Amino acid sequence: MKNALILALTACVGLAACGESSQVPSYKQGNYQGKSDTRPWEGGQFAGNKQAWDNALRHRNQGQTEYNRVK
Amino acid sequence: MARMKFLCDTERCIECNGCVTACKNENETPWGVNRRRVVTMNDGVPGERSVSVACMHCSDAPCMAVCPTDCFYKTEEGLVLHNKDACIGCGYCFFACPFGAPQFPEGPAAFGVRGKMDKCTFCAGGPEENGSKAEFEKYGRNRLAEGKLPLCAEMCSTKALLAGDAPVVSDIFRERVLRRNKGAEAWGWTTAYGKPEQPAPAAKEGAK
Repeated sequence: MKNALILALTACVGLAACGESSQVPSYKQGNYQGKSDTRPWEGGQFAGNKQAWDNALRHRNQGQTEYNRVK
Repeated sequence: MARMKFLCDTERCIECNGCVTACKNENETPWGVNRRRVVTMNDGVPGERSVSVACMHCSDAPCMAVCPTDCFYKTEEGLVLHNKDACIGCGYCFFACPFGAPQFPEGPAAFGVRGKMDKCTFCAGGPEENGSKAEFEKYGRNRLAEGKLPLCAEMCSTKALLAGDAPVVSDIFRERVLRRNKGAEAWGWTTAYGKPEQPAPAAKEGAK
């Protein structure tokens, strides 16, 4: 009986650290402090024409599937 | 335009390193800086797979969260870009990134000689004037402003590496999987895009 009690107490002390909570941090997004960026369609060859830029990108996107070429 | 993403089809990647070469050439990155690289798993073993890895422009990017100078920003297209003027080269982003994307060319920075962080920009440059010399020298080519996709994907000989609008890229991949009836694993997608999109402050002042 006494041995069992000692064993139980030892187990309690020995396993005390096993109850630690998770130490994974929860990230918080910071606020960007730098200078502003222009959108891809602003200035340059598209001169603010978002529709034209969208169309150009869509065309390029579709160029990645070769099934379109063999249809 | 929804959201820009990368997807590497491991059933198709033949480890030719064309994407790595294209990236280095297009952006003229210095020695030791590889914005994109090809990783082969079980090399030499039958059934080996290769993956082309670079910044995945995560939905909830850990690099943005850990940066002590908050030099990262997210564009309307979902690209994670950074301002090199604010980077101190501390390397926190390197430890936070699940893809090992941040690269450090040796050079002067506030933190020793690691230099200012350099990473894939999805060929979208940085917060300098689009297509300017300053932008090219700091961040590389801005192909997106020219209506083009990243050169690594456009150059890919087997079209294993897909880049672009997420729904389009997904559709292309889905069609391939249906035709070949295998290889549905989109490597890195859950890690990069599994979490909800974090609304980051827009880099454009007064952006809509």
